[in-house]
Amino acid sequence: MATTSVRTLARIVDSPWVRPLGLLVLLIVLWDVTVRLFAIPPYLIPAPIDVIKAFRVEGPMLLAESVPTTLATIGGFLLSAAIGIPLAMLIAGSRTIESYLYPLLVFSQSIPKVAIAPLFVVWFGFGMTPKVISAFLLGVFPVIVSGVQGFKSLDPDMRDLARSMKASWLQSFVMVKLPHAMPAIFAGLKVSVTLAVVGAVVGEFVGSNSGLGFVLQRSIGNFELPTMFAALVLLAAIGVILFWIVDLIERFAIPWHASQRQEFFVTA
Amino acid sequence: MSLSLRMVNAMDEPKARRRLIEVRGLEKTYRTRDGDVPSLKPIDLDIHDGEFVAVVGPSGCGKSTLLKLVAGLIPPTAGAILIEGKAVTEPPDDVGIVFQSPVLLAWRSVLRNVMMPVEVRRLDRASHLERARKLLKTAGLEGFENKYPWQLSGGMQQRTAICRALVHDPKIVLMDEPFGALDALTRERMNLELQRIHQETRKTILLITHSIPEAVFLADRVVVMSERPGTIAAIYDVELPRPRSLEDMGNPVFSALTQTIRGHFYARGHLD
Repeated sequence: MATTSVRTLARIVDSPWVRPLGLLVLLIVLWDVTVRLFAIPPYLIPAPIDVIKAFRVEGPMLLAESVPTTLATIGGFLLSAAIGIPLAMLIAGSRTIESYLYPLLVFSQSIPKVAIAPLFVVWFGFGMTPKVISAFLLGVFPVIVSGVQGFKSLDPDMRDLARSMKASWLQSFVMVKLPHAMPAIFAGLKVSVTLAVVGAVVGEFVGSNSGLGFVLQRSIGNFELPTMFAALVLLAAIGVILFWIVDLIERFAIPWHASQRQEFFVTA
Repeated sequence: MSLSLRMVNAMDEPKARRRLIEVRGLEKTYRTRDGDVPSLKPIDLDIHDGEFVAVVGPSGCGKSTLLKLVAGLIPPTAGAILIEGKAVTEPPDDVGIVFQSPVLLAWRSVLRNVMMPVEVRRLDRASHLERARKLLKTAGLEGFENKYPWQLSGGMQQRTAICRALVHDPKIVLMDEPFGALDALTRERMNLELQRIHQETRKTILLITHSIPEAVFLADRVVVMSERPGTIAAIYDVELPRPRSLEDMGNPVFSALTQTIRGHFYARGHLD
């Protein structure tokens, strides 16, 4: 049917993933036009086609190098979640712990990671460890901050409700506190996963012989701008995919939350 | 019908019925950084088995504090509360609480919200599941068991909260301004509903409210509290036959009593 196909087309054009894609295509076109119009040499800004060429020639190498970066990112992110969430619980649960720990955490967050990343190389060598630590250090803070906020925002009536039923600490934690904090924790995890990518790259920048950060460093040193841009695109893709995975997990974990309800209605 | 408005002292109530809740010299002072804030001056009150008592007072008079003390959620500064002769030191088992907001768990369906006390108290699941379904049915929530709280209207949410307070069949139900957040029409309907629940189950109900008509309409006795630090200013028997209908609000006894109670507040301020 003509009308149905038009409607399908309209729906595709209107779907949430086409919009950013359309904007992206527009930006690439703009980029190409700018490079051509002002005759910018490729060692300053490569044209999109050069980047695509770089992909074609060095694709296998880039993909291979993105593996250690992705692994370091995931490692650092999981570490952020595993340490950040319990830490947030402790800080939200005890005023004493909060008063000791929280200011120090904020203080430590102000130390530039790039500056201390070489230290990890000195300590742990050129392996995976310094990258994971760097990714963790960048990723853990948003998890703690939003986790604390999530655990603290419990309605006092809700607490009284659990207490009036004589709920044990574990019961009120599992039944009330943790699910209540989940939306905030997931907000933190989403920020964390994108920052973990940055952290992994920072780790690779200062001391590594593998990974996309290393590729970036090397290609910029050799003025291989197309390769560098290709690596950047790949990094962005890693960030987007990891973010999307966390988003997907969130959708399954907290289908009841306000931010998820629209989809929930459709799928229910 | 007698038109007498009897003002009774807290100490000389009819002794015939069994006392269920005894409040003896109860005092509460909150300790804050700026010093002690007295919330309740010594209070004495007896509530009998199956009685419906409403407490009205201006905001900040400590009526919610009184309820929290009876619920065992906060310790008294002085005095004691006895339920069936036993001092309340921790939340008693035989109590269900309804708060001003429904405080339903957003991640649980209506039925699982109602079943929450059963889960926490580790009571028999099968028999209580049946009871929960029956409660929801009488509350007009049949067919909504698997819906989530946000899919329900405010009145339905509060009815779910009432079902949750009743699911473990407590003797006492404590209600802290349960209909305060509802619109006037829903509120009237909920009042009728609550009266029906009281008639059918003969629960002992302590209702905190700032609506004088609501208090008079529902209660056997209305406790009037004075401003902070709260004490009992007066206790009135509501001598209207049950079941009461909304038309009874036009009854001279009803209007005379609401007028008298209102007089307590307009002497030195008003309710809000």
